[in-house]
Amino acid sequence: MKFDTPAGTNPIDQLTVVGKPTDRIDGPLKTTGTAPYAYERHDVVAGQAYGHVLGAAIAKGRITRMDMADAQAAPGVITIVTAETAGPLGKGKWNTAKLLGGPDIQHYHQAVALVVAETFEQARDAASLIKVDYQAEPGAYDLAAAREGATEAKGEPDTGAGDFHSAFAAAPVQLDATYTTPDQSHAMMEPHASIAAWNGDKLTLWTANQMIRWGVKDVAQTLNIPEENIRLISPYIGGGFGGKLFVRSDALLAALGAKAAGRPVKVALHRPLIVNNTTHRPATIQRIRIGATKDGKITAIGHESWSGDLPDGKPETAVQQTRLLYAGANRLTAMRLAVLDLPEGNAMRAPGEAPGLMALEIAMDEMAEKLGMDPIQFRILNDTQVDPEKPGRPFSQRQLIACLQQGAERFGWARRKPTPASVREGRWLVGMGVAAGFRNNLVTKSAARVRLDGQGVVTVETDMTDIGTGTYTIIAQTAAETMGVPLDKVVVRLGDSRFPVSCGSGGQWGANNATAGVYAACMTLRQAVAQKLGFNATEPRFADGQVSSGGHAVPLALAAKDGEMAAEDGIEYADLHKRYQQSTFAGHFVEVGVDAATGEVRLRRMLAVCAAGRILNPKSARSQVIGAMTMGAGAALMEELAVDKRRGFFVNHDLAGYEVPAHADIPHQEVIFLDEVDPISSPMKAKGVGELGICGVGAAVANAIYNATGVRVRDYPITLDKLLDHLPEIA
Amino acid sequence: MRPFTYERAASPADAAAKAASIPGAHFIAGGTNLLDLMKLQIETPAHLIDVNGLGLDTIEETPDGGLRIGALVRNTDLAADARVRRHYGVLSRALVAGASGQLRNVATTAGNLLQRTRCPYFYDPNQPCNKRQPGSGCSAIGGVTRSLGVIGTSNACIATHPSDMAVAMRVLDATVETVRPDGGSRAIPIADLHRLPGDAPHVETVLERGELITAVTLPRPVGGAQLYHKVRDRASYAFALVSVAAIVQPDGGDGGGNGIAWGRVALGGVAPKPWRVEAAEAHLKQGAKQTTALLLAGARPTPDNAFKIKLAERTLAAVLREARA
Repeated sequence: MKFDTPAGTNPIDQLTVVGKPTDRIDGPLKTTGTAPYAYERHDVVAGQAYGHVLGAAIAKGRITRMDMADAQAAPGVITIVTAETAGPLGKGKWNTAKLLGGPDIQHYHQAVALVVAETFEQARDAASLIKVDYQAEPGAYDLAAAREGATEAKGEPDTGAGDFHSAFAAAPVQLDATYTTPDQSHAMMEPHASIAAWNGDKLTLWTANQMIRWGVKDVAQTLNIPEENIRLISPYIGGGFGGKLFVRSDALLAALGAKAAGRPVKVALHRPLIVNNTTHRPATIQRIRIGATKDGKITAIGHESWSGDLPDGKPETAVQQTRLLYAGANRLTAMRLAVLDLPEGNAMRAPGEAPGLMALEIAMDEMAEKLGMDPIQFRILNDTQVDPEKPGRPFSQRQLIACLQQGAERFGWARRKPTPASVREGRWLVGMGVAAGFRNNLVTKSAARVRLDGQGVVTVETDMTDIGTGTYTIIAQTAAETMGVPLDKVVVRLGDSRFPVSCGSGGQWGANNATAGVYAACMTLRQAVAQKLGFNATEPRFADGQVSSGGHAVPLALAAKDGEMAAEDGIEYADLHKRYQQSTFAGHFVEVGVDAATGEVRLRRMLAVCAAGRILNPKSARSQVIGAMTMGAGAALMEELAVDKRRGFFVNHDLAGYEVPAHADIPHQEVIFLDEVDPISSPMKAKGVGELGICGVGAAVANAIYNATGVRVRDYPITLDKLLDHLPEIA
Repeated sequence: MRPFTYERAASPADAAAKAASIPGAHFIAGGTNLLDLMKLQIETPAHLIDVNGLGLDTIEETPDGGLRIGALVRNTDLAADARVRRHYGVLSRALVAGASGQLRNVATTAGNLLQRTRCPYFYDPNQPCNKRQPGSGCSAIGGVTRSLGVIGTSNACIATHPSDMAVAMRVLDATVETVRPDGGSRAIPIADLHRLPGDAPHVETVLERGELITAVTLPRPVGGAQLYHKVRDRASYAFALVSVAAIVQPDGGDGGGNGIAWGRVALGGVAPKPWRVEAAEAHLKQGAKQTTALLLAGARPTPDNAFKIKLAERTLAAVLREARA
């Protein structure tokens, strides 16, 4: 189905199933521990051996010698894979560093060996018996130090409009401030894990991967085998957040280990490896300049960001939102990329906007204060309904003002004292903060197959994944709505490369695109069903398990009485996303208490008001947003991969050292979705929410801390040591 | 994890004797710390002696009015004991500030005292660590040190002792009872149990090879306001940046002592052992600043953790304010 004009009225608009708060259809499997995650597929193939990954002990240099004798002689060891034994390997398009290192080492904990043994414990023990000698080389591990040498990243030119420099210089009110965000880890619950089995030259990988199609291509490219010889199966994923967008060492080494062992091999990355062996969100240094008239109109806005990555890596696109969020005739955005020898930087939930808004939305708060304006008023005054760099492109929908205004009312913003450090409740300094949330809506083609059987059961198959987001359920809702059957008549099968290629899960594009693809396939099936049942003249109605037209009604199941019916189709987008800017918006509101003695920050209330197109399942969408708000709170207050700048690695590489919020950190959270449909986005008229929920939260927390204490912290995370010197004397 | 053998001890004396005679033997009780360390091969015991079946899991009153806490009393049970809550509130508060409910259900009194540091370099076998591998050097010094020690440290090690419970035990003047491999027993004041690292940071206590903690005794209650204030980056399930255990007897405001008749204070999160300097306590009447200045005199913080000194002072000030209230 080609989507080239704005969606008109269609079967989804009935909203009998879509749009209703719906329990996850996979919920019982998850809550009873029976959803089969990759590492637990004991049933799929016999004779599974265990692989354990050995990570490099240096950040940069060469292996000069590997002594395998003790490891090979250890009990239960079947085989050991290294770069030397594996033979020539390619590198996946989506990987920056090699997944199997040696003799050159590109980053700390880069995999250098896989030990395969009869048991997990034997493999782990033997891995520790491998003696590796290294010749370490000096590397660059400090972004601030590498900043001067950073260059324009390939494919990421500076953007702008007007004459930023002159306009900023001439602006009566100016802000020029620099902010930093640290490296962060996805810290998902399920580690990267895969089981590999070869049947001749055919490879099956049961794995945890968000993007099945990318995965197949990259496995093929790395192993130098045809794509059609590879099957990826990833129906359940215990959290990804971008960390499982790409094939990682667990999958490659399971495949290599299984080849070498001559039997299936399973590999999970143990927790201390995940941080330095896989990807992370790169740290940024961001300089923001805003110039405005005295009455608060932005005349110049500039955002520059520095980040680092391994050679041939990519920048963290932290300036993305600044191209679109606020008006202003004179504009500049620029990204500079430094070469760092830290592990590979890559996408983590809302790459670009998440760290970008952490900086921009503090800057907006600072600017509002300079202007003596309420920060909500300042944002409203500088709203834009068109792409400010290309004013010919309107936003398809933009309700930022409504998000802020409704949020203000709901949150009791009027009770906020504009003067910082003026509310005290016992030991607590109390403050409120606000920030805009913004995340683009990306459209990408997505296909599905839909089957109808003689019992009237509709089965959907697509290589789409559910990374805990609720995809199973919204796809079932879409099929139920379109085919006119109750939810329990729909079966959804995901995450198998034998199914039609979907958009996959990432960039908050999954919900809208995957369901639109399922909708397209259902519409094609409807045509075939209608024809089969003899409804030739007019488009019949599909509802309540019946197909009907003009008083004539036939059970849907009848169409498949002689055999299953199936249809395959997908959504493909023309140029609406070029003609219109599609984005999602939020107003994030936070109230904090700061312990006046210790500087400990504790959240008291959080509210997000979101405008993100049609909300397909308000229940799972709310879960997405509160999860993202929690992640935003972590980013604001505690999450930081601590870099050892001498040795070149993230030191706190486990969940004791890398703190994410615990239940006690997260107080009352409220989410409101504005009533919105976006016919420009797809026939579903939906957009994404999974990343919008994190975008802006960090700055709302930071602004609330400022309001509570009068201390402006521009370096995340805002830990108590950054506040301590500025807190009041203790009486 | 290295292969190991395992047995259940028959009695405390049996456990101690075996631990002394079997090469590479190690006691296991709750195992909440040991198992993690074994998985990372930071501890590689050849033989585990399970002491869980030895009794040692009751809390009894002593003839002089104190409490004798069996070494295997679980943290949850100790924190919830009515006598502890009534008379040793600082201990109960410290316990519930530590770890998580699940861990406290399993972790034991003696195991809590003997838990290893949480220095991240100790936990990474690729990095030199004098505590893990004597003589290999300290990679923490000059590295990421925000959570590490500011006092009592050495050029060989700047790790902290992570326990909350031990800080409260220290301020309560607890005594550690042990049985030795020869069947004899001794009592070790808690102040003397943990060693400072000096040039041998791998030797963390004065316990001899095979010596088994059987109980911790608390002297008769001293009264006073008993507070434990743990400061951390997240609200739960995190190790202390700084913690303050305090027992403060308010003077009713007429003693000219800033509202304080007498008090005791110990700090956690700053040193290789619960940090208490009795001589500093006389200065509690002058306030937190004077007390902390003495308590942390000679501190050698790093640029990353120098904030702990001010944090300790301010936390103590908040504790004293609460005690007077």
